[in-house]
Amino acid sequence: MNELREVARTLLTDGTVRVIIGWEDARRGARPVFITDPADTDRLIFDTRCVHNLVTYLNPRRDNVAELGKIGLVVKGCDAKAVAGLLREAQLTRDDVVLIGVRCGGVLEEAELPEAAPLSPENVAPRCFGCDNREPDLVDHLLGESQPEPPRPVTTIDERVAALDAQPLEERWAFWTEQFSKCVRCYACRQVCPLCVCERCVAEKTRPQWIEASPHPRGNLSWNITRALHLAGRCVDCGECERFCPVGIPLSLVNRKLQQIVAERYDYTVSDDPENPAPIGDYRLDDQQEFIK
Amino acid sequence: MSDATDSSGAAADGFEPRVTAFVCNWCTYTGADLAGTSRLHMASNVRIIRLPCTGRIDPLFIIKAFERGADGVIVSGCHPADCHYTTGNYHARRRFAVFHDLMEFIGVDPRRMTFSWVSASEGAKWRDVVNEAVTSVRELGPFQAYRALAPKDAGVAAPTGPSAEAVTQAEAS
Repeated sequence: MNELREVARTLLTDGTVRVIIGWEDARRGARPVFITDPADTDRLIFDTRCVHNLVTYLNPRRDNVAELGKIGLVVKGCDAKAVAGLLREAQLTRDDVVLIGVRCGGVLEEAELPEAAPLSPENVAPRCFGCDNREPDLVDHLLGESQPEPPRPVTTIDERVAALDAQPLEERWAFWTEQFSKCVRCYACRQVCPLCVCERCVAEKTRPQWIEASPHPRGNLSWNITRALHLAGRCVDCGECERFCPVGIPLSLVNRKLQQIVAERYDYTVSDDPENPAPIGDYRLDDQQEFIK
Repeated sequence: MSDATDSSGAAADGFEPRVTAFVCNWCTYTGADLAGTSRLHMASNVRIIRLPCTGRIDPLFIIKAFERGADGVIVSGCHPADCHYTTGNYHARRRFAVFHDLMEFIGVDPRRMTFSWVSASEGAKWRDVVNEAVTSVRELGPFQAYRALAPKDAGVAAPTGPSAEAVTQAEAS
């Protein structure tokens, strides 16, 4: 942690960056913090409560953050993948940001805890299991000690997806329409997503209105399918959409399913290598087409 | 595949599937035109929407078709390597592969969604695609599951949002 504060202080003092975005310990637990004064760098922390994906502040929709000046951003491995996503799609240039990577051994499901708890199968964020990027490459500084692998959660996301897949179509339809019917269309999933970069979302188009705006099951289904599809092959599985969903829709299951689809069909895994093109928007002449007559 | 009018004849329960076809201008639309000028008999349940390219077809079009009461959809365009815009159908192929798998995961029967390549000279293939799509949708029955999602005060095919008339009035006032 001292290492993190030291690096942040140096970056601010020598003027490399104007603001450091990281996590701090607040009354209700860990939360994001913007630090502009080198004297405040002692507030920075990194522990298992630092679940937030701070790359959402680099999203070009948040031009008020860019106005602060050059950003130094603290990133975990999953967050670094989101930075790579923005670079890949030319929403950001590498010189816009200094990345301070932290070695990560998994995070908790919940950020609002007074103390960092050690990870256990009961409290670990399920997405951390099987993480392939605990030490991000796409960073300017890599800090912290090597971390052990996160524990296996009681039920993994893959197991939940497989359980759904094993059910008949009607059961899956009943499950998802019930889940999506809870949606209140607050668009928190979109707002928090580091990769939902459209200046004007299709959900807000009114002429023609592609997605019905009022929260009823039909429009909700349309919105949720669209959100998921637009993240296909791009989602970094940071889990923020599900964590922010006020009605608890298991969005990580849809996101994981799409990861499985692109992995199976296009042998593609989201990485923190911005040179690796995303599967949608790319193609191969010999792509599978068994579903086409 | 049964040719001729009996496949378009009314089923015993009177259910006539509504199938929306999104086709590309250069291949499938011309192929469908050929089917017509060749006087091939086929099911008459398909409404064709012509677009420049399969690459222009957003998955939202399909969702919208279901919302507006379609029981099935067809998406069809140029064979690989034949795209008028060189690569539109390759991009579409990936997009619809992902969409197809996602919809199956959500619980939509994939038999309601037909994807095909039909070239300008394949009038007979278009007839087969249409007949097969209509037959399988007929077997599945009306897409009641989707219609049940409609807001309670709206009819199945009721336009969403304010009517054009209401909008004009609101703008005038």
